[in-house]
Amino acid sequence: MSTAVDAATGTPLPAVGAAERRTSRSLWRRVLAQRPAVIGLSILGFLVLVAIFADVLAAYDPEKSVIGTEAAQFAKARAAPCIHALGCPADRPEHLMGLDGNVIDEFARVVFGARVSLLIGFVTVGGAILVGLVIGAIAGYAGGWVDNALMRLMEVILAFPALLLSIVIVTILGAGLLNAMIAVAIVAIPIYARVMRASVLSVREQDYVTAARAMGDSPIGILVRRVMPNALTPMIVQGTLGIGTAILEVAALSFLGLGAQIPTPEWGQMIGREYNNIQNAAHLIFFPGVALTLTVLGFNLLGDGLRDAFDPRLTR
Amino acid sequence: MIQFIVRRLIASIPVLLGVVIIVFILVRVIPGDPCTAMLGEKANAERCAEFNARIGLSQPIPVQLGIYLKQVFTLDLGTSTMFGRPVTDLLAQRLPTTIELTFYALLFAIVVGMSLGILSASRRNSAVDVGSMMVANLGVSIPVFVLGLVLAYLFAVVLKGTPIALPGVAAGRLSPGFRFESIAVAWGMKDLAGPPRAVLDFISNMYTINGLVTLQFGLLFDALRHMILPAVALGTIPMAIIARMTRSSLLEVMGLDYVRTARAKGLRGRVVLFRHGLRNAMLPVVTVIGLSIGGLLSGAVLTETIFGLSGVGLTITQAITSRDYAVVQGFALFVALVYVVVNLLTDISYGYLDPRVRPS
Repeated sequence: MSTAVDAATGTPLPAVGAAERRTSRSLWRRVLAQRPAVIGLSILGFLVLVAIFADVLAAYDPEKSVIGTEAAQFAKARAAPCIHALGCPADRPEHLMGLDGNVIDEFARVVFGARVSLLIGFVTVGGAILVGLVIGAIAGYAGGWVDNALMRLMEVILAFPALLLSIVIVTILGAGLLNAMIAVAIVAIPIYARVMRASVLSVREQDYVTAARAMGDSPIGILVRRVMPNALTPMIVQGTLGIGTAILEVAALSFLGLGAQIPTPEWGQMIGREYNNIQNAAHLIFFPGVALTLTVLGFNLLGDGLRDAFDPRLTR
Repeated sequence: MIQFIVRRLIASIPVLLGVVIIVFILVRVIPGDPCTAMLGEKANAERCAEFNARIGLSQPIPVQLGIYLKQVFTLDLGTSTMFGRPVTDLLAQRLPTTIELTFYALLFAIVVGMSLGILSASRRNSAVDVGSMMVANLGVSIPVFVLGLVLAYLFAVVLKGTPIALPGVAAGRLSPGFRFESIAVAWGMKDLAGPPRAVLDFISNMYTINGLVTLQFGLLFDALRHMILPAVALGTIPMAIIARMTRSSLLEVMGLDYVRTARAKGLRGRVVLFRHGLRNAMLPVVTVIGLSIGGLLSGAVLTETIFGLSGVGLTITQAITSRDYAVVQGFALFVALVYVVVNLLTDISYGYLDPRVRPS
């Protein structure tokens, strides 16, 4: 959304150039003034780093058992964590979070899980936003019965408890990570469609949109350059909160055996496979559980912070 | 007011119909032959022909929809392949557990959530406030199944053998040795039959109520002990949301002119807080409580699975693993309908509490 593009089309903008840049910079400052947002950003920054450097951090393959590569007396299913710095004998191979039920290094799985979960969150919400944008734009532009039909459909989707509708959709599509993501995305579409439709309706009759239309801008051009900037703020806030929810729901589906399948290192699936062994292998619940909670907490804190920063009523 | 209620009722009819139609579409798009999907291993050519004729699969789609709507309205949700009995029967048997669980979860959420919120708001920016809001932030972020397992580990594994140990993972609803019988039997009405008996049996399945009304306090306490961890795990997310909403709403109200007037009159702080503040701060809290019931229904699937409570949620997960589609869809439809009705009631109560919401 740079000014160069708009200069090229030669149409006037409601808010242009330096002023726009200045507000966005002060917005950024307002976000950073919120303690929760900063904590959220730090958590997410840490997770992104873990996801990027997963190969460096993990000494073991997250999908291969250590049987055969390690002495048989150590390579046992659900072995407790062995940390040399905390007094684990040096002749034992080090496994920071122990071994899981398939004798795979749990630390490697938790670390690679960050990559899987962040990917799940961004792809799921990205897909939902994309479809939501299209539906909301069509509904807002077309009006009449098209608008009515689409928005009633969105209302019906919202009438189901989210996890339950995704469960039903996955039973139809078949268990699997991609299908779980599709199911969670479908359930999330209405939120973004509503935001987009509201933005379209709020600017449709504005003078600058009429002006752009008079100057021969295509409907798509108007949508991208005049309507979308208005929808951007609520989209960012909803999207940030939505990523946390999406990760949570895919994890819940995986926990139930409907999402990610073995050997994909996905936290919900890891917990789901081992929770019956909580008596003797609590570490297999604890570490992925903490990772999952931390990720969702990060997105929630950042989303709340963004919402407060963008809310004009909360100027301090 | 009545006009408002009627208008809201009418407005929710399309949504209810939409829910039924969506489930109908979902049932039809199951890959493979619906006959084998519904009948499972019992499917053969003869049975399939009979099955297809019965549910009208040879008819055009609109006719099929009509048949399906009729089935739903006559409470015929098909037959469970897993249990070999009507889905509605199964629902009636499993529902009491879920009602009990969500009731205690909601009770926990409201009592603890509102207390935390009031405490935070009345001591803004104190250590209590910061601590409560940290709990609330963590509470909305921790997945139900992670919290449930952490609680189970703490109270059933770590504290095992101590008096405060509680039943943990897959513990079910009662300890071994405890039996439950219908309230009708306990009240000496063994021969009762028909709808009254069915209603009594339904209520009997809520063990804490059963224990209470039949004066079997051992049963009551054992059932309660089994309910504590699941209820806390399930109720934590709404608890956190209620706490945050109570705090922000109360802070907003306490800054209004009439609260200042009340203070200026010389009323004590507590009177101002509860009489003038809390009363008016309750509106958004009521909405949040109503809206969180949908989350409770979703969370019940996970909570019941972990703790082995044989309610609606556990039945759904069992049905998924044994590909019992009739149960999955029938139960999903039921829960969605409950959800719509609860939202409707929330809306109406909001209109009742705040006249401004009512359209004149």
